[in-house]
Amino acid sequence: MTSVFRKFYFFLIALFLALPLIVVAGVSVNQKQTLAFPPEGFSTSWYGEIFLNTEWRNALFASVTLAVLSAALAVAIALPLAWFLWRRVAPWANIFQLLGVAPFTLPPVITALGLLTFWATAGFYGQPWTAVVSHAIFFVTLPLVTLSLGFTSIDRSLVEAAATMGADERTIFRTVVLPLILPYVVSGYAFAFVLSLNEYIVAYMTVGFTMETLPIKIFNALRYGYTPTMASVTVLFVSTAAVIFGLVARFGDLPKLLGAMASDQK
Amino acid sequence: MRREPPQTLGDYSPLLFPAAMLTIFFVVPFGTMIAVSFFQREQGGFYTPAFVFDNYQRFLSAFFGGVLGFSLMMAIAVAVCCVVLALPFTYLLTRMARRVQIVWLVALLSILSLSEVIIGFAWSTLFSRTAGITNILVALGLMGEAKALTPSFAAVLTGMVYQAFPYTVLVLFPALVRLDPTLTEAARTLGASPLKAFFTVVVPALRNTIVATLIMVFIFALGSYLLPQLLGRPQHWTLSVLITDQAIYQSNMPFAAAMAVFLVLVTLGLVALTVIAGRKGETA
Repeated sequence: MTSVFRKFYFFLIALFLALPLIVVAGVSVNQKQTLAFPPEGFSTSWYGEIFLNTEWRNALFASVTLAVLSAALAVAIALPLAWFLWRRVAPWANIFQLLGVAPFTLPPVITALGLLTFWATAGFYGQPWTAVVSHAIFFVTLPLVTLSLGFTSIDRSLVEAAATMGADERTIFRTVVLPLILPYVVSGYAFAFVLSLNEYIVAYMTVGFTMETLPIKIFNALRYGYTPTMASVTVLFVSTAAVIFGLVARFGDLPKLLGAMASDQK
Repeated sequence: MRREPPQTLGDYSPLLFPAAMLTIFFVVPFGTMIAVSFFQREQGGFYTPAFVFDNYQRFLSAFFGGVLGFSLMMAIAVAVCCVVLALPFTYLLTRMARRVQIVWLVALLSILSLSEVIIGFAWSTLFSRTAGITNILVALGLMGEAKALTPSFAAVLTGMVYQAFPYTVLVLFPALVRLDPTLTEAARTLGASPLKAFFTVVVPALRNTIVATLIMVFIFALGSYLLPQLLGRPQHWTLSVLITDQAIYQSNMPFAAAMAVFLVLVTLGLVALTVIAGRKGETA
C-alpha cells in the first residue's frame, strides 16, 4: 500500500519535471516551421539548423567559448584561494571566501546590474571579454565550494611525510596536493561550465547588445519569431547537462559533493 | 604539515590573484551600483554623478508598494509549495538505493542548471494553445477545445516552482542524509504508521532545517527575473523583473540600482535569519 503510494508520488514528480521537456522534444521534430504538439510529421532538420544556420551557429560558438574560458578563469581564482585557506591560518582571509560565495547567493539581477554599471563606467561595456570575467566572478562559488571540500578530505600526514623527506612547497603541491585535488578541480570546472552555458541575465546585461549567446538568442527568438530551432537547442542543452553531470557522478562522489555544497551555503 | 600562519610576505602570494579579481570585479562593481543609485537621471538614458535620494523616494509610491508586496507573496508561495513537495520526496529519496539516488540527482542538477529563458520557453509551450497540455485533454475527451493557459498567475507559480524544486531537494538532501534512521525505526517498532512516523518524528526533528530551507528557497524565488515576464501579465511582475526592465528597456539605471540595493538589503536580512536558524539547529 505505502509502496504503491510512494511509486505514484515519485511518478507524479517525475512527470512534473519531465513534461515540459517532453513537449519541447516533441516540438523540436516538427516537419514544418510550427511549434505544434503532438508534432506534425517527423524531421531532425531543426537539429541540423543549430549548426547550419549562421546565426545559431555563431550563438553556439559564442556560448561554448564563453563557458570554456569563464569556467577556467573561475577555477584559476578559486584554486589558489582554497589552497591558501587550507594551508594557512589566516582568519581574515575568510572574507574572500565570503566574497566568492556572495555573487551566487544574491539574486542574479544584482550581480548583473553591478557588473553592467561597472563596465559602463570603466568604458569597456559590450566587449566580449567582459562577459568572460563577469561569468567567472558569478560562478566562482562552484569551484570554490567543491575545492574547499576537496582540500578538507586530504590527509595532512601525507603532506607532512613529503615535507619531512625534504620536498619544498612547490614540489609538495605538484606531486602530492595537485593529484589529490584534481577530481575536485574537474567537477568544479564542470559545474561552472554547464551553468555558464545556460546563463542569461549576466551575459545579457554585459554583452547583450553586441553578442548573442544561445540563451540570449532563444530569448530574442521568443520575442521576434518562434522557430522549432529553439526547441532543438533546449534538448541539446538538457542532454549536455545530463551527460556532464552523469560523468561527474560516474567518476566522482556526487552525493558527497552535493552534501557539502548545500551545507556550505547555509 | 600543520596549518601555520603566513611567515613571510611571499606566503601571501597565492592570495594575490583571487583577492584582486574578487575585489576589482565584485566589490568595486557593487560599490559602483550603490553610487549610481544616488545619481541624477538625465533624459535619453544617461545619468550624471550627484547625491540625490530621488531614486529611493520613488519607493514610496503605491505602485512600488504593490510590486514589493506581490514579489514577497509570490516568493513565499513558491517556497511553501516547493518545501511541501520536496520534503517527503527528498526523505524517501535518501532511503533509496545509491544508484537510484544518483540518477535522480543528475536529473535534478540538469534541470537546475537550465536557464530561465529555457524554462520559460518550455512552460509557455506546454501552456500554449497549439502545443499545450490542453491538446492532450482534448484528445482524451476531457475538454471541448484547446486553449491557452498563459499568461496567468497559476502559470507563473508553476514555472517558478519548477525552477526552484530541484534547488529545494538539493538543499534538503544533506540534512536528510544525516538524519538518524533509528529515529523512524524506533517509531515504527512502537507501532506508528510510516506516515505518522514521518509527521511526528522526521518533521519535528528537522524543524530548523525546514525553516532555513524555506528562507533559502524564498531568496532563490526572489531572484527569478524572467518567468513572471514570460508566463504572466504585467501585474505579475516581481522586483527582479522590474529591475531588469528599468535597467535595459527604460534605461533608468539610477532607479534600477536603487531597487537592486533595496533587494540586497532584503536578501541580506534573510540570510542573517537563515544563519541564526542554522545555529539553533546545531545546538539543538
